[in-house]
Amino acid sequence: MLTIAIASGKGGTGKTTVAVNLAMVFNKSTVLADCDVEEPNVHLFLRPEWKFEEPVTIPVPEFDKNLCTGQARCREACRFNAIVVLGDSPLLFPELCHSCGACTRACPEQAITEIPRLIGKLNQGQSRSIDVIMGTLNIGEARSSPIIQQVRARASSFDSEICLIDAPPGTTCPVVESVRDVDYVVLVTEPTPFGYHDLTLAIDMCKQMNLKFGVVLNRSHDGNEKKILTFLEKQKVPILAQIPFSFDIATIVSNGELLTEANPEYHKLFSTLAKNIELEVHS
Amino acid sequence: MKIAISAQGNTFESPIDPRFGRAKQFIVFENEGENIHTIDNSINLNAMQGAGIQTAQRMANEGVQVIITGHIGPKAFTVLQKAGIKIVTGAFGTCRESYLAYKEGRLHATSGPTNEGHSF
Repeated sequence: MLTIAIASGKGGTGKTTVAVNLAMVFNKSTVLADCDVEEPNVHLFLRPEWKFEEPVTIPVPEFDKNLCTGQARCREACRFNAIVVLGDSPLLFPELCHSCGACTRACPEQAITEIPRLIGKLNQGQSRSIDVIMGTLNIGEARSSPIIQQVRARASSFDSEICLIDAPPGTTCPVVESVRDVDYVVLVTEPTPFGYHDLTLAIDMCKQMNLKFGVVLNRSHDGNEKKILTFLEKQKVPILAQIPFSFDIATIVSNGELLTEANPEYHKLFSTLAKNIELEVHS
Repeated sequence: MKIAISAQGNTFESPIDPRFGRAKQFIVFENEGENIHTIDNSINLNAMQGAGIQTAQRMANEGVQVIITGHIGPKAFTVLQKAGIKIVTGAFGTCRESYLAYKEGRLHATSGPTNEGHSF
């Protein structure tokens, strides 16, 4: 399985547009994992038929008040400050818990058991010949990494030749979780000051994680893309594709349609992108 | 009566710190100003999360009965309330000014959090 993550740095540069259209052109069995679990949107374009849904839970401590003697070892062990102990009564703030299990191990009275806490869900379905996995984090939850891990594990369990990962924007933990150990990262950017700045952060992230990467320049039009192209050439970063800044493309995307299905010219653009990625992966 | 005021320095004349969980220090005194000491809260000031919760834990461990501060968030409020500690908000100026304002009935205990929580 060849695993390719689509990431960006800046949000709104066209990660999902690239991911869903790329999924259409490999001519190989493909699974697409939507790891932008705070705002999954692959389904808006692919409209998969959902086959099943499952809950995503994380383990959190539960205290047996009959066994607790109030020594507060759990509180001392918790580096996430999620536990207080008043008298001999421990209190957990579950939204701060990172499920590390340190409190359970530290308790001298074995008064702690771990119970599951629901934080979101995973959906699995199919669109055209593409298998689609989608993670959704419940509103108000702070930690998306456990859902991303579950979505990626599910995607890896498929027999597909290609696994595409639609990553969240930025360069923080959820993105690191989405691109960890992939074979290639496609960084989508746009020729704006923010696009340029956040691309440099995303490039630094890929370098630190020892990941191979290349860039797709979206909304590219005469003149404005020069600064970014010069920068990429200097840095010897491969430019995989340029998507033109066009009213036609904006209209198709706004209608929730696939560029590859709307116009053979765009199908060709994404086929070339797929070929370039495969060449880069094996270079 | 043991009273703690969130402060930016370590004397009674220091400006108050309007933040509770990430206050730099607390000026603690008992019996109408005798026996004044300070609690250094820099460990929680630099905590990546849960500063309010652990500062509240510390106040409970110290046996503080009244907190005078600027604002209080929902998690710290929950802990302080469970510990039976009275929370006075709206502190201003120096610790002395806020203490006098409380004594004279110009600052009051709050019945709920005055700030929204932070996820982290």
